[in-house]
Amino acid sequence: MTIEEIQNELVEEFSMFEDWMQRYEYMIELGKTLPLIDERYKTDQNIIKGCQSKVWVHAEMKDEKVQFTADSDAIITKGIIAILIRVFSNQHPQDIVDADMGFIDEIGLKEHLSLTRANGLVSMIKQLRMYAIAYQTQIN
Amino acid sequence: MIDVQKIRQDFPILQRQVNGKPLVYFDNAATSQTPQVVINTIVDYYTNYNANIHRGVHSLSQEATDAYELARHKVQTHFNAKHAHEVILTSGTTHSINIVATGFTSLLQKGDEIIVSAMEHHSNIVPWQMLCERTGAVLKVIPMNQEGTLIMEEYDTLLSNKTKLVFVNHVSNALGTINPIREIIKKAHALDAAVLIDGAQASPHIKADVQELDVDFYVVSAHKLCGPTGVGMLYGKESWLNKLPPYQGGGEMIDQVTFEKTTYAGLPHKFEAGTPNICGGIAFGAALDYMNNIGFDAIAAYEAELLEYATQKLLKIDGLKIYGTAQEKTAVISFNIGTIHPYDIGTIVDKLGIAVRTGHHCAQPIMDFYKIPGTVRASFAFYNTKEEIDLMIDALQKAAMMLG
Repeated sequence: MTIEEIQNELVEEFSMFEDWMQRYEYMIELGKTLPLIDERYKTDQNIIKGCQSKVWVHAEMKDEKVQFTADSDAIITKGIIAILIRVFSNQHPQDIVDADMGFIDEIGLKEHLSLTRANGLVSMIKQLRMYAIAYQTQIN
Repeated sequence: MIDVQKIRQDFPILQRQVNGKPLVYFDNAATSQTPQVVINTIVDYYTNYNANIHRGVHSLSQEATDAYELARHKVQTHFNAKHAHEVILTSGTTHSINIVATGFTSLLQKGDEIIVSAMEHHSNIVPWQMLCERTGAVLKVIPMNQEGTLIMEEYDTLLSNKTKLVFVNHVSNALGTINPIREIIKKAHALDAAVLIDGAQASPHIKADVQELDVDFYVVSAHKLCGPTGVGMLYGKESWLNKLPPYQGGGEMIDQVTFEKTTYAGLPHKFEAGTPNICGGIAFGAALDYMNNIGFDAIAAYEAELLEYATQKLLKIDGLKIYGTAQEKTAVISFNIGTIHPYDIGTIVDKLGIAVRTGHHCAQPIMDFYKIPGTVRASFAFYNTKEEIDLMIDALQKAAMMLG
């Protein structure tokens, strides 16, 4: 599936819920599906700066597609990174760099985009894109 | 006695909703809310007499200067400073600390020692570390115990003839502990060391008397005291302020300027380079008037009641642990529920209209001490109510259910 298709799928899934509480519960559920980072990559170097909770991300390149794994010590954050990874993992680096992230608003997580939120959604997106840019440079 | 419902009418922000719920504001240790009378003062300044001060001969400038100096006088009276010129109006606590820390660069030598406490805010650690790097002085730390109380026997052993400065917060922002500053000051003075007390967290709850404390420097921020952000106080004993060199160069702080040599203005202007936060200073004065009208004894008694009520209710939540259980503390409760990350709790209770702080509260050494990533912190003010505490308890129970 393309990034856009996955995003549409997520928007549809989240549209089934009536209130924020159910959306958050679903997000927590999604956190449980997160492809977990190997313990040996859970280093300080792989922590995303700008989050109140700890978020570790690791990336690998396979057949010109980026594979992400991650973990967090907070479960809402884990849900957020799980959503991002579902969107970005197994995609071509250039597509990750070019992706429009408007779906975040549509699934009701807009408040997490504010820079005053120390949860670092913005930092997470930036870090995932940094990996993609690095791999894209290698390809070029 | 406090008529809390009447007081709440003074704060327009307390009438608003957040995420469709009535706002419950329990982040007072980060910043307090602003009463209408202070907001009016700000509006009045910009509507009627906005002008630069200490310079113009025109009427507006004189009115603004008089109002600003009256505000300095109010700050002086509130903290009982001996002289008005011992009150430096700064941009806040951090600015005040940096004036002193930078000023001591020329007064310290390699091997001199400075003492801080284990429960300081980053703003009362980093400037001193930078001072140590500049001068070769050594930073020593008074440790604390599990309750979040300073171990004073350790302080005794740290003190020596090498001690030149001691810096401690009056009240810990993360734990609410009220530190034994009288004893700390007295013991430091016995060795001729200077003492700076960070009063940022104490000032909304305790009216400090700088002469009675015999403290050398006392620093606060107006925004913790129902005033605006961007203004605060550096109190310094006249003798110390005369010893310290100016912090910034600019207008206002000079006596004579030629390209060969500049002589500095006297106190307080020596430390007030440039156009100050005139409106903020005047509003700071209005905020102190407002709080003094309610009375700090009444505030302390009421907040103690809120603290007791909230502590008892919180401890009934399964798995809840409070960090900072000192005998003497202000209305601040830092806690975690089981192993749930404080950020998760903060996010959920925010959706329910409850504003608490989560994280390390700019006091990472304290979190390292307890080996936790952070805490949830509820901090109360005299305009909070027991009903609001009940709403927080409900919200926390909901969050614990979702996250546990």
